Amino acid sequence: MDRREFVQTGAALTVASRLPIRLPQADPSVKDLCMRALSTAKTAGASYADIRVARTRSQSVNTREQQITNLSDGETYGFGIRVLTHGAWGFAASRELTAVEIDRVAKLAVVQAQANRRAMRRPVTLAPTPGVKDGRWRSPIETDPFEVSIEDKVGLLLRANAEALKVSGARFVTSSLAFVRDQRTYASTDDIFTVQDVYRCFPQMNITAVDTARGLFETRNSAEVAPMGLGWEWVLKSDLPGNAARWAEQAVQKLTAKPVEPGRYDLILEPHHLFLTIHESIAHPTELDRALGFEANYAGTSFLAPPEQILKRFKYGPEFMNIQGDRSQAGSLSACGWDDDGVAPETYLIIKNGIVVDYQTTRDQVAWLTPLTGRKSSHGTSYAESWADVQFQRMPNVSLLPGERDLKVDDLIAATENGIYIVGRGSYSIDQQRYNFQFGGQVFYEVKGGKITGMLKDVAYQSRTPDFWNAMDMIGGQSSYLMNGTFTDGKGQPGQANAVSHSTPPARFKGINVINTGRGGDRG
Amino acid sequence: MAEFSGLSRAAARQLAERALALSKAEACQVNINASANGNTRYARNEVTTSGDTDNATVTVTSRFGKRAASVGTNVLDEAGLVRAVETSERLAKLAPENPELMSVLPAQVYTDVPAYAEASAGLDAVRRADAVRNAAGESNRAGLLATGIVHRVAGASAVANSAGLFGYHASTTAVHTLTVRSPDGKGSGWAGTAHNDWARATPAAQLATRAVRKAHGTRASTALEPGKYTVVLEPTAAGNLVSLLSFAMNARPADEGRSFFSKRGGGNRIGEKVVDERITISSNPQDPDLLTSPFTGEGLSVGRTVWVENGMLKNLAYDRFWADKQGMKPTPFAGGYRLEGTGAAQSLEELIKGVERGLLVTRFWYIRAVDQRTLLYTGITRDGVFLIERGEVSRAVNNFRFNESPVTMLNNLVAVGKPERVSSSESGDVGGPAVVVPPLVVKDFSFTSVSEAV
Repeated sequence: MDRREFVQTGAALTVASRLPIRLPQADPSVKDLCMRALSTAKTAGASYADIRVARTRSQSVNTREQQITNLSDGETYGFGIRVLTHGAWGFAASRELTAVEIDRVAKLAVVQAQANRRAMRRPVTLAPTPGVKDGRWRSPIETDPFEVSIEDKVGLLLRANAEALKVSGARFVTSSLAFVRDQRTYASTDDIFTVQDVYRCFPQMNITAVDTARGLFETRNSAEVAPMGLGWEWVLKSDLPGNAARWAEQAVQKLTAKPVEPGRYDLILEPHHLFLTIHESIAHPTELDRALGFEANYAGTSFLAPPEQILKRFKYGPEFMNIQGDRSQAGSLSACGWDDDGVAPETYLIIKNGIVVDYQTTRDQVAWLTPLTGRKSSHGTSYAESWADVQFQRMPNVSLLPGERDLKVDDLIAATENGIYIVGRGSYSIDQQRYNFQFGGQVFYEVKGGKITGMLKDVAYQSRTPDFWNAMDMIGGQSSYLMNGTFTDGKGQPGQANAVSHSTPPARFKGINVINTGRGGDRG
Repeated sequence: MAEFSGLSRAAARQLAERALALSKAEACQVNINASANGNTRYARNEVTTSGDTDNATVTVTSRFGKRAASVGTNVLDEAGLVRAVETSERLAKLAPENPELMSVLPAQVYTDVPAYAEASAGLDAVRRADAVRNAAGESNRAGLLATGIVHRVAGASAVANSAGLFGYHASTTAVHTLTVRSPDGKGSGWAGTAHNDWARATPAAQLATRAVRKAHGTRASTALEPGKYTVVLEPTAAGNLVSLLSFAMNARPADEGRSFFSKRGGGNRIGEKVVDERITISSNPQDPDLLTSPFTGEGLSVGRTVWVENGMLKNLAYDRFWADKQGMKPTPFAGGYRLEGTGAAQSLEELIKGVERGLLVTRFWYIRAVDQRTLLYTGITRDGVFLIERGEVSRAVNNFRFNESPVTMLNNLVAVGKPERVSSSESGDVGGPAVVVPPLVVKDFSFTSVSEAV
């Protein structure tokens, strides 16, 4: 089975799509303009060129309590041309998709690359990649969210808000739906032409409980509802109205929950919390550009450096720890047929049996690693937020694979003597090399003698990445392997947002330092 | 007054009038944003990527009674505008009524703000590459590796509505920030400059020299335990934290009982002393180091606002609805602020001389809210922390995680320096509010753990 078939079949099985995926059509006039851009760039002196033409539609609906606060719809359409001359990159972009503008922008990109040679030392080389004659890919959606009526969207949110406000003590509620459709045509001088139609959606709500007399307030958000690369069907499945009362009750419960006593605890982290810890402490440090210092001025570098001292040597965690990079999980946010280098992404292991074996790469990065790994091709992790931005290395879905035994979160709790069970993502912060981190959550439960004994509040844990992952001693199995993700992961200068998913089972971490954030971050 | 070449005042007015003429709604508002965005990135002493992007977006908000919807597009031919107007009208008719929707504003009078600088607009790929070469040259000569960005945005924003309101504001922003690291990864230093006018930004070589000095200084850093320390916050570090306070200065959540500025039992804390009495925080689009937009997105005129005066909370931001409901005057946040102290403003060096034992902090990173009840935030020091002993910088030390509130910090004030415009966003790039802030000396700043990151 080739990769594209796998993507489609996998999607059909997992998302229960009954319909074959309608592949996007190529617009002949757009294809002509793409070919013109490549030809103009070549004539102007480029040794390599690529173009992305993208039309991105977005829609957001926001409410609070029983009223709408925002209803907005947007589209942005344009193209970006990237060129190499004598090993220096140039990039220019415009919103006017005309032949005259294509020529101007292609030449501008070449002029820019020539200017950049003034301050270049090491010419860029691109790893080879197979040609793609006419690639097509589309997200495995069932219902196009842009075809669903506004009444249905607003109605669903206001129903959810009403359910939350029925709970005594729940005072305020906000909810929202965000949808994106990104139609992207790509062509390069390496005989690649692809057309992709990518959808993303994100249902959210947040409930605030207030105790005015005591001057207290607490919030609970819909942390278990993931943003996904799916359509309206995901909004229905997320069932904000059906979950709202439970979240509201927990917001109220937090007002009187027991403040955590700082100290060392065994932490049981469920997937909708743990995914963000994986994102911050594994997915970011295994980006090759960070490890090499390219992102030092903003996103930071990585403690996993230099690669020659890390690959096949660095023990990240226990032997049952396997970390996979992919852009193929059905419904995941980074899923695509080809990346913004025109490369079909691979599913591969970044950490195998607890040892770091690879990084995330793009075509212009592969040469850095070839002497160490022998690999000559990219893993396919190039991405640009929009037509206006230049593509660079962004993380694929980075996931902690489930353990061999099919343990569930209840099994982890039952095996824990003195612990805290943390549900949902909360506050998060990590240093620029991804060592020291501090994470909160949505809801915290005290675990004593294998049982949940009550709710805690003001919990955050602080640790050091290798210590934390080497303290993982239990992991859930396939049936508790769940996906969550982030809609707007930031990196690069100018900053670009990337949407990415992470799948994980629940896991347990022994003896982690917990602080009390209600007392100004008292240490244990 | 200077205008953006990509969208002059006359062109903006004409574009807005085209959209308004298409409108069949009871009321209509048009917002236009146009920009020419040019950046050059570098890493390890050489250019990596760069980009020049031109874009312009029109957002049409249609209203029928209390129903409203917005549609934005950058397809600005006739068909694109017609589609935006018609879609916004269709969506607005379908939207439920928003009882908080305020009527569109009548025509306003705005002051002109000279925020557009030709030196920034002319910062093209060649000039940017030259700046990179100058900065990277300093780093290379020192045997270090520089990574950074030179970025300028030239643009214009306009607002117009069916009640005859029209505003136009052209502006530029230029930023150059860089991080210089030692090849062995043991030293790291940062420097940055931001201004509307590239001619008033710190020259590249001078900026690089500062970062190189810090990178050298941090190579032999020694360990120090976490705890409460007196800190000297360089202006960028102070700006990183003070911005958090400015973001929380919103009246509605305070009145609703879910903000640091909520008063126990109801209401807000306007009139109460909230920080040290030497502190005053204000906004003013005309401030020559702020030069922010003279109008809000809906066209409300923005003037000077004092948020905190001599430590007392004077104002919170009120949107039009909440101001109306509470019997207050609408008070918009102006997109920038200045924090200053009373008394003689000392230089950073003079502030350091006055500290017996403390830590000098270059900047903070990954700052996230931990507890909105107390405005507690966490984050990490980065690119240069130095021990001060007996009024002198004695050695570099490790980085720390802090858990601290900007309010507590401004109550633990020891001394205030001379304010300057800083690149205050963590991204070290354009974007975020314009911030003028002094270096600060603060006692009992809470560092809760060590970060071994460099």
